[in-house]
Amino acid sequence: MSDALDVQNITVAYQESTVLENAAFSVPQGKLVGIVGPNGAGKSTLLKAVLDLVPKLHGRAVFFGDELKKVRSSIGYVPQRGEVDWDFPTNALDVVTMGRYGHVGLFRRPRKQDREVAFQSLKELGMEDYAKRQIRQLSGGQQQRVFLARAMAQDASLYIMDEPFAGIDAKTERAIIELMQKWKQQNKTIIVVHHDLQTAREYFDWMILLNKQVVAQGPTEEVFTKEKLQQAYGGQLAFLQSAASEETGGLS
Amino acid sequence: MMQEWLSLLESPNLRWVLLGSMFLGIASGVIGSFVLLRKESLVGEAMSHAALPGVCLGFLAAGRELPALMIGAAVFGFISLWGIRIIHRNTKLKQDTAIGLILSVFFGLGIVLLTMITNSSAGNKSGLDSYIFGQAASMVQFDVWMMSGIAMLVTAAALLFFKEWKLVIFDPLFAGGLGWKTKTLNSILSFSIVLIVTAGIQAVGIILMSALIITPAIAARYWTDRLGIMVILSALIGAFSGLSGAALSALDGGIPTGPVVVLTATAVFVFSFLFAPGRGKLAQITAYRRFRRRWKKQQAVQALDSVPDTTPSRYAAWQKTLGVENSEARRLWNWLKKNRYLT
Ligand SMILES: Nc1ncnc2c1ncn2[C@@H]1O[C@H](COP(=O)(O)OP(=O)(O)OP(=O)(O)O)[C@@H](O)[C@H]1O
Ligand SMILES: [Mg+2]
Repeated sequence: MSDALDVQNITVAYQESTVLENAAFSVPQGKLVGIVGPNGAGKSTLLKAVLDLVPKLHGRAVFFGDELKKVRSSIGYVPQRGEVDWDFPTNALDVVTMGRYGHVGLFRRPRKQDREVAFQSLKELGMEDYAKRQIRQLSGGQQQRVFLARAMAQDASLYIMDEPFAGIDAKTERAIIELMQKWKQQNKTIIVVHHDLQTAREYFDWMILLNKQVVAQGPTEEVFTKEKLQQAYGGQLAFLQSAASEETGGLS
Repeated sequence: MMQEWLSLLESPNLRWVLLGSMFLGIASGVIGSFVLLRKESLVGEAMSHAALPGVCLGFLAAGRELPALMIGAAVFGFISLWGIRIIHRNTKLKQDTAIGLILSVFFGLGIVLLTMITNSSAGNKSGLDSYIFGQAASMVQFDVWMMSGIAMLVTAAALLFFKEWKLVIFDPLFAGGLGWKTKTLNSILSFSIVLIVTAGIQAVGIILMSALIITPAIAARYWTDRLGIMVILSALIGAFSGLSGAALSALDGGIPTGPVVVLTATAVFVFSFLFAPGRGKLAQITAYRRFRRRWKKQQAVQALDSVPDTTPSRYAAWQKTLGVENSEARRLWNWLKKNRYLT
């Protein structure tokens, strides 16, 4: 079985400085993967580069042993929140239906069954009562759930999510993680950028530590060590220390 | 008056002009919805002003031939679009500064050229001013065909790209993630804006075309939270504005079309702003008032429950719990009495 994602020596630069250097790692299928690293480490950039949304200086990404173009419709991308126009004339159900656009194809209208899939996804995230709400009138956590429902409606085999848990409460976060674990059992692969070291170890079974370069990658128990975290977070780890030692006490 | 209207309608040329102006209004309203949502209202403004020197150069090159004037307008429309982008990208100036810069420089150039033309012997009777404020009635059949053709083309493009433009404007990253060519889709929209500005130069006038593009969309936005409905409403408002402008200026040859079109669209906007259900000002005020009244009554009932009817001077105790001033307290007390809460 080929890896869900194989990143080969990707280097990205904005203007005149590289923000990502020779990033290389691979992610096996059916894993819930955490990408962890400090602010500005290049996590969002890495996801965008992998999806061809920013130009790469060097390197490439291979999906399921194939090039991106061939597998687009089986990849679901959830961008970092807040990059959409919240005043846009659209409601929750309509946004989730956008998840079907890749299946619908260019120039065609979404069909009734697409709308049904969209509604089911909303329901799965407990948002069916808000289907007709304009998206500005949803709370931050509800907005995030709508975007997760959109990803779900895509029915992808690989999900790439940029901080899906930013700004949602612990209970919703747990519900979403449970949903992701269900997806994992269907052999879907989920890659998630995550900031909370406290929960990271519990959530993910595979991890990538990133700080401009890949500091470590592999099964969580191998990656989540004090030294490696220190390496990734550098001087910033001081305030993270307690969290890390608590979590890794038994390992390091 | 009515008779005048009816007799006018018998002129076949006028009928064509009215129909063409309607198509122009529809296309402007449709494209305008996307322009508004892409937050490029000012870009349209700059583009239509920047087309003026293009119209003048077209006139100098080929005389008063509509195709030449349109080509001039389109070329300068593109130059302004491109100029704004270049300035924005390569300097530290914000986009609105870049827009202001392009708008004033090109419009200034246009006025200089226009003055030169009108002062020259040939330009004396050039009638170029009808391209600034629009004179729909002066259109001949060929002009109407050109305008209607472009308008229909642009409307068709919007129908074809509806879903694509919607997603690219709403969530460009996600659209890119689907593998869509977001740059190309955006360019096609920009191209359509230039086309529709150009198409309107004779009927509405180059300067006020931007208002016919944006105003119907702003008005339509008040009535709905669905893009599809917004586009349809905007098209209807555009059609109505185009029609009324053309009709009024035909009725009185002295009135230019553009200002009438813009005033009509603006009137619809003001009406929408005030009276649209949900998003309109009036609806919002009354909804809030109604809610506040209901909430106050609820509070009054609750306060009453916490003051048992054995309490001496129950009214005073009740008012104290509720914490409102005398006149309002009396009003709420009467309401309680009337609704038999006091038995
Ligand atoms: N469009 C851009 N132009 C120039 N520099 C950029 C651009 N986007 C990001 N950067 C820079 O690239 C670096 C990596 O940014 P990126 O958004 O990938 O970080 P991140 O790891 O996602 O951070 P965060 O945790 O804050 O989301 C940062 O230093 C950032 O300032
Ligand atoms: Mg980021």
